[in-house]
Amino acid sequence: MSPQSSPATSAAVTPPGFLKRAARHPSFVLGGVLTALLILAAALSYAWTPWSPYEVDLSLKLQGPSWQHWLGTDTFGRDVASLLLVGARSSIAVGLIAVGIGIGLGTALGLLASARRGWTEELVMRLADFTFAFPAILSAIMLTAVFGAGMVNSIIAIGIFNIPTFARVTRASANAVWSREFVLAARACGRSTWQITRDHVLPNIVSVLVVQATIQFALAILAEAALSYLGLGTQPPQPSWGRMLSEAQSMLFQAPLLAVFPGLAIALAVLGLNLLGDGLRDLLDPRLARKR
Amino acid sequence: MSLFLFKRFLTFLATLVGASVVIFTVLEVLPGNAAQMLMGPDAAPEAVAALTTQLGLDQPALTRYGHWVSGMLQGDLGNSYTYSTPVLELVLERLALTVPLALLAMLITTVIALLAGLYAASHHNKAGDVGVMSLAQIGIAIPNFWFAILLILLFSVHLKWFSAGGFPGWEDEPLEALKSLLLPALSLAVVQAAILARITRSAVLEVMREDFVRTARAKGLSRRATLWRHVLRNALIPVITVMGLQFANLLAGTIVVENVFFLPGLGRLIFQSIANRDLIVVRNCVMLLASMVVVVNFVVDLLYAVIDPRVKASDI
Repeated sequence: MSPQSSPATSAAVTPPGFLKRAARHPSFVLGGVLTALLILAAALSYAWTPWSPYEVDLSLKLQGPSWQHWLGTDTFGRDVASLLLVGARSSIAVGLIAVGIGIGLGTALGLLASARRGWTEELVMRLADFTFAFPAILSAIMLTAVFGAGMVNSIIAIGIFNIPTFARVTRASANAVWSREFVLAARACGRSTWQITRDHVLPNIVSVLVVQATIQFALAILAEAALSYLGLGTQPPQPSWGRMLSEAQSMLFQAPLLAVFPGLAIALAVLGLNLLGDGLRDLLDPRLARKR
Repeated sequence: MSLFLFKRFLTFLATLVGASVVIFTVLEVLPGNAAQMLMGPDAAPEAVAALTTQLGLDQPALTRYGHWVSGMLQGDLGNSYTYSTPVLELVLERLALTVPLALLAMLITTVIALLAGLYAASHHNKAGDVGVMSLAQIGIAIPNFWFAILLILLFSVHLKWFSAGGFPGWEDEPLEALKSLLLPALSLAVVQAAILARITRSAVLEVMREDFVRTARAKGLSRRATLWRHVLRNALIPVITVMGLQFANLLAGTIVVENVFFLPGLGRLIFQSIANRDLIVVRNCVMLLASMVVVVNFVVDLLYAVIDPRVKASDI
């Protein structure tokens, strides 16, 4: 058998009976439904919203939920349900790009550390430790102080904070793969370090990366919401859940419900992704599931 | 052990130096002329030139970096551009709020997390366990600033037990001051407690499977006594590690939560300074927060070695 068609390579990505077991896993199903709703909300907002989220009509301001405005209207008379639907886009966009930055650079660094070992590994890991000294919010503050507030800065800040997490997770899982027999066999066949990394190490750690990406996505949504709440993230008129909360806070006595819906949207999105991540971990790594 | 300490100390120093270099580069070198940034784009060129000389910005970057670091080591952080007072004074004044807030939040986190984690583990796979862990799952998903707003809605708007924000100061009414920190600390703590409760539960479950626990039970020790005396102590290692990591989140959280409750702490100082383009204050505050994170992680590593004598230099 050639090392490329080793069963360990393909088995790690999709274990047998995955779909059947997935359908019976409660947190995977609930997480999947909530995540699908989040994606659907963002996708739907491109085609349809009950009202325009940008249309200001002060005569309609601060109305309670009704048949016309399901979740009421905000200080500027905008429809809250429409704002929530469009707001999902910012959360997904920031999450996707920030996790993309983290997974791209972090995985590359982790694989490099694991393949080269020695001082390269030491350097990458110390750099990862170092980056932990800068929580996303601190990086965002620095970038904002210099370049001004904006969505791009918040994406970069959250992305930077994702890099060390992926680097650590990749290195730890890749080191375990490097000590397996099929890697030894590949070496014996004369394959280079780069080829082994690409054909054997990476496919075997994909499941770990997928689980981590789901969790980091949830954290990115939380971070984006916090930065937008502080005025450092998504800027008006682009709706964002964090910003809606900061606007709602000034109207807490007049319209308390305004502060409930955006927070609920954030919490459900994060809960969905976290449950999905937990479910995926159980399903993709049955050894872990038995231990729990 | 001493080699471990020495190596760890060197890494600690290197991290601090690295952090200062990054902060200096981003906030001092990237903006080009900081004096222009401080005065705004419409300022007269003569005024900008005068401020450039006054702040020493006409000197090479390396010299300015050297000045900043040596100043920090001597407790001189320079003067705030907007407040015209020493930055150290400003920061110390604000820390009198932020540090107690972070410590109170950590205390609440620890109490809730240990109780919930121990309870869940000792009722493993029963209704209590499932209930506590479901609550933890929800707690992790809730943004701390939203929880803060919900607390204001309940306790300030409806029940009117607490004020919706502000801080009376420690001198006049210390009890009122403590009370005004309670809701902010609670909103910070709930999310962190949810994470820590999960860690505590799995650490306790892991230890409960060990032989020495069976021995303790076999020699007649009650379930409760075994749990508190033997299991908890051994389960503390992962718990303390995560607590160290959480401290960074807590500090970052204080920046957000101080803004929700309009508390005059370090977080609000940073935001006011960004609005005023006071880069000198921003630079020192960011350095201070980053240093706090690094110091706490260093202390956690040391604690790690104290709690578990098996930790050796080679393990780190």
